[in-house]
Amino acid sequence: MSSSAKDRMLKRAAADIKAGMTVNLGIGLPTQVLKHVPENLPVCLHSENGIAGVGPVLANEKADRNLIDAGGAYVSPVPGTSYFDSALSFAIVRSGRLDLTLLGAFEVAGNGDLANWMIPGKFTPGAGGAIELAQKARRVGVITTHTDKKGNPKILSACTLPLTARTCVDRIYTDMAVCDVTADGLCLTEIAEGVSVDDVIAATGARLIIPDQPLPTF
Amino acid sequence: MPMPDKSRSIEEAIAQIPDGSSIMLGGFGVPGTPFCLIQELVRQGQGGLTLIKNDANETGMGVDWLLENGQVAKLITSHIGLNSNAVSMMNAGEIEVEFAPQGILAERIRVAGAGVMGFVTDIGLGTPMAEGKQKVTIDGKEGIVETALRADFALLHADRSDPFGNLCFSATARNFNPLMGMAATRTIAEAEAIVPLGGITPDDVNLPGPFVDDVVALPELMEVYGVVER
Repeated sequence: MSSSAKDRMLKRAAADIKAGMTVNLGIGLPTQVLKHVPENLPVCLHSENGIAGVGPVLANEKADRNLIDAGGAYVSPVPGTSYFDSALSFAIVRSGRLDLTLLGAFEVAGNGDLANWMIPGKFTPGAGGAIELAQKARRVGVITTHTDKKGNPKILSACTLPLTARTCVDRIYTDMAVCDVTADGLCLTEIAEGVSVDDVIAATGARLIIPDQPLPTF
Repeated sequence: MPMPDKSRSIEEAIAQIPDGSSIMLGGFGVPGTPFCLIQELVRQGQGGLTLIKNDANETGMGVDWLLENGQVAKLITSHIGLNSNAVSMMNAGEIEVEFAPQGILAERIRVAGAGVMGFVTDIGLGTPMAEGKQKVTIDGKEGIVETALRADFALLHADRSDPFGNLCFSATARNFNPLMGMAATRTIAEAEAIVPLGGITPDDVNLPGPFVDDVVALPELMEVYGVVER
């Protein structure tokens, strides 16, 4: 994935973070979305380890040793920040107070199944908070390269890896396309500049619904 | 009537822990991890321990000291990805590891501390996390029974304590600390500062003293409590 394709993908995902939302961003690509969110947009960022109102990351020499986000980055408070314990933090998640979470993926299925925490025999660190975020955020977006490093599709008709949560994903943002999980199936809704519909179909392992009208580009 | 004084030396507090104990350790990463209490546990060398902690710290820190010293039989946790040593020991069968989703781990500890036997949730339904767990139906919806998680001891790190064990935590060092402090038979808290009774405004107490059994004052903080250079 070129850096410009990656930036386009991140920028496109960032556009779905709207004023007034409470949002949790997963570790990795999802956190990088932040650089495309306007600084003055009124949004509450939640972190699993007990923050509502996560502020900018600080350099080590300015860091508060007691203030990290769930990814271990030294963050800062903003006016209106609150801190709480881990049970309360996940009460926020499970009771549906998160308007949106953006997560990474190993595999996503056309029906919205997500696998992002375990590769048996290779990567078994435990799920952390991923299961509850995926299952309970009111809207779940996945940010991922369209294919893996070998060029194999990451969007499949069914996941082969152990699931994080069933039918939880609403929208998939990739370097090639935006796809929505709908009642009728996985729908191609937007396409990256310079990418053809045939390119997307060839790189996707699930059946894609292709609208009749021309697709918006990003 | 004055409130009781629970101040102890660190040696005395940790010496209460026998071999084979289950021990909850506060902390999410570095913040809130009771490194000095863990270090004393390493020094005293109790073995066959079951540890309950959100994570396994990083290699060379906290939980890892106990792993390296061969004191751990089992770890109940949500994520150990930052400690490759813990992952290797798990894969080699040298320790048993039981994973729970992070908020389910927290809630199992919370309900234990609230004197409740368990709770019902749909988290993990249809995933490997639900395998082998009792299922029930409430209002026509399937749920998993998650049991309360208690421990023999909880080791906490607080920013401030008074001699009665009223605790205040700082920022994200709160995490699992107040929950674990409620869910153990005996709760031992290390504190960066011990203030006199009345030195903490009643409204500012994060974990009230009745849950805390022993209060240990920390000397000057070791480097491990500081900002991690990456």
